Amino acid sequence: MPAPARLYKTEAIVLRQRRFGEADRMLTIYTPTMGKMDVKARGVRKTTSRMSGHLQPLNRCMLLVAQGHTVDIVTGCETLESFPALNDDLDRLSRALYAAELIDRFIPERAPGYPTYRLLLDTLRRLAEADSPDIVMRFAEMRLLDQSGFMPELEVCVGCGQALSPEQNFFAPQAGGVVCRVCASDVAGPRTLSLNALQVLRLLQRGSYNEVARLRMGEDLAVETERHLRSYIVCVLERDVNAAAFIEKLRREEHRPVVEV
Amino acid sequence: MNETTSATAGPLVRLIDEFHKLPGIGPKSAQRLAYYLLRMPTVDAQALAAAILEVKERVTLCSICMNVTEVDPCRVCSDDRRERTIICVVEEPLDILALERSRSYHGLYHVLHGAISPMDAIGPEDLKMTELLQRLRSDEVREIILATNPNLEGEATAMYLTRLLKPLGVKVTRLARGLPMGGDLEYADDVTLARALEGRQEMQG
Repeated sequence: MPAPARLYKTEAIVLRQRRFGEADRMLTIYTPTMGKMDVKARGVRKTTSRMSGHLQPLNRCMLLVAQGHTVDIVTGCETLESFPALNDDLDRLSRALYAAELIDRFIPERAPGYPTYRLLLDTLRRLAEADSPDIVMRFAEMRLLDQSGFMPELEVCVGCGQALSPEQNFFAPQAGGVVCRVCASDVAGPRTLSLNALQVLRLLQRGSYNEVARLRMGEDLAVETERHLRSYIVCVLERDVNAAAFIEKLRREEHRPVVEV
Repeated sequence: MNETTSATAGPLVRLIDEFHKLPGIGPKSAQRLAYYLLRMPTVDAQALAAAILEVKERVTLCSICMNVTEVDPCRVCSDDRRERTIICVVEEPLDILALERSRSYHGLYHVLHGAISPMDAIGPEDLKMTELLQRLRSDEVREIILATNPNLEGEATAMYLTRLLKPLGVKVTRLARGLPMGGDLEYADDVTLARALEGRQEMQG
């Protein structure tokens, strides 16, 4: 591979930002061709900065980046796509930040992967429009697990390898999927999995977004599905996803059922 | 400290380590600062040490507005000339300094000490929000100005606060977002431009 040019242009979605030095920010960006990377944006905390508005998290922008010694530096940028619908709605925004954090945690630095970039972009667009931001997130979670090689096994029991019978089974995150009633005692931390939730998970795994988007779930089923997926993600990442706590806080204040892992 | 060898005196090593803990101070800067202090007149060094201790001992948070202060309640909260029906909510104590410099605001303040940042696990419970709600119960407040930063975290905080405050029947306003003085229209981002258009005002002829 030829050495990258000293000044290069790339499209990117800003995943997160943190303060750095006097008036700078360190940004974690996700690019379609170079994967996830940290770049420094100088002076963007000043009100007269020409770049700060463009570099807000969740914006898709075109960046001009100069190679630095340790970290590359943004020298110019322009918004390609922003999502005002996300910024004006706390429910959508909280899900979008959750999506950005998932990508940040799942994807190693500088590992190019266009499908995952596309997934993030599609997810942000869908979150801005969909009636239920939660369905969008369940679909995104399952796709991300698939693309990063952690697809849970939902067809056969991960214990005995037999096809699952249409009844209540158990979901065992540490074993990597669903276990049948008989094998449940042999695995760590099995959680009851209703037949309906199993079918929803299978649809999320195999269906297209359009099929999934038509899904109408009762609150109990939605909570169960989310709980299983979240417990699996926490198991894979070996840590909590911070943004999930905020989503639960919003739910609690609206007196809606909370998903506890 | 791997760069400071055993040839350096123990107290000096400890001082370097302490400087190294400060934000933005790397190992080299820490060494330079420590050696500078070493050569400093004792009086100056004592003044610095005393200032550090005094800050820790005497500066507290105002029990009303949560700003840093040496008298409780702080000078703004106890000033009779200030309008008491209006509270301006800011993220950090430094934001109050900026607003005071503008000389255009004469109401009270409330400092949240941060902004909601879900990805960094900073939620509403980590900010001084309950204290703000408490003030609304007792005070004669009619308007809350949300002056959190116009970035993602600040906007999220403002939206969250609006949800909390609206049901209480208080008027909630947000600082206008638009083009900064000394800026260039052609470099403005879409969101800022859209907001600037929304908030346009008739010229006074």
